[in-house]
Amino acid sequence: MTAFRQSVEAMIPALRRYARALARDADIADDLVQDTLVRALRSERLFLGGDVRSWLYTILTNLNKNRRRSLARRPQFMPLLDNNPDASGTEAEGRDIARALSTLVEEQRSVLLLVMLEGLSYREVADIQGVPIGTVMSRLARARAHVKASLEGERTALRRVK
Amino acid sequence: MTDPHIPVTEDELHAYVDNELPAERRGDVEAWLATHPDDAARVQSWRSMAEALHARYDAVVDEAVPKRLEIERLVREPRKWVYGAIAATLAAFIVGGGVGWMARGASAAPSSIQNFTVHALEAHRLYVVEVRHPVEVPGSERAHLQAWLTKRCGWLVRAPELTAAGLKLVGGRLLPGSGGPASFMMYESTSGERFTIYTAKSEAEATQMRFSSQGNESTLFWVDRGVAYVVSGAGDRGRLTQIAQSVYDQMEKTGG
Repeated sequence: MTAFRQSVEAMIPALRRYARALARDADIADDLVQDTLVRALRSERLFLGGDVRSWLYTILTNLNKNRRRSLARRPQFMPLLDNNPDASGTEAEGRDIARALSTLVEEQRSVLLLVMLEGLSYREVADIQGVPIGTVMSRLARARAHVKASLEGERTALRRVK
Repeated sequence: MTDPHIPVTEDELHAYVDNELPAERRGDVEAWLATHPDDAARVQSWRSMAEALHARYDAVVDEAVPKRLEIERLVREPRKWVYGAIAATLAAFIVGGGVGWMARGASAAPSSIQNFTVHALEAHRLYVVEVRHPVEVPGSERAHLQAWLTKRCGWLVRAPELTAAGLKLVGGRLLPGSGGPASFMMYESTSGERFTIYTAKSEAEATQMRFSSQGNESTLFWVDRGVAYVVSGAGDRGRLTQIAQSVYDQMEKTGG
């Protein structure tokens, strides 16, 4: 296996995590990863060094944007139940965070996940999204405020019901 | 050294949490947080948010990588149909005159989801009308039924307790599935409505629940830990959902 393929392969687990959080549905997430890998492998000869990791995140982020665009053109059917069989640890909390994520607009969710889950720098995220660092920071700030409000709103709503 | 009296901006708080702040300003921010409890609480909430994200999604990193994502395989046979998956799924149903697909489409293996629901619905229709021999093993032999199906199928088959939903176990049988054995269990209410639970081995590890309906019957399909479940029955979607949820919860508890 070439060094390039090895570095792509090493990224698969992290790409799956990012895709899972981005797309929520495990199947769709792996579809995204698969398409990302296919594109990356196809472009092996075009890749002249640089950061494979950022490049893979860029492909995946763009594919997801396209996917959502094409979904927007057809009627939306939401999954009937929000089951996350792979939820680990405090399961209810995991569901909360997943639900809060789903209420974010695309670019904000992507920034939040790339920074907070995948540990990328503002600079790297700016390159991935093709925007200035200032835009990344304002998206991140809005995403955090939104998720925080969503998590807190959910908890107060729960308390009220009880 | 920057002036510690320059107020800390929100951008700096974010940068502080994300380790993007210049080292010489970190001390200032820490001093600021010590005297500004609202900002300190905000910073803390972002840290908890990061922890919640990791708690929720880090397990994915430890999962075995599915075969379809193996590099060697992708180099040999790149996937061509990609996002035509949604259209293909719908087309398959229209051409096959099959089940009206109501769930979100794009999926790893649309054909297998279709197969599962079609098989399950066929079995459902064939056996629910049966009066004398609806099952091979009666519900009174629950323990034997579970042990037998588990042994023949190769995954843990449980006959969930659905009395809360007003359903009693009629019994179950072994069925030929598309790629091996499948388990089939029937439940009945006092008014005679029948619901069935079908399980078969799936290539996918897990999916969300998907709903479909055709004529009088509806199904809920999902995959959990490599086992596909199809709950079928007449009646409204709420009722079916309640039953499916109960099945799902009990399988979660038994580690099915």
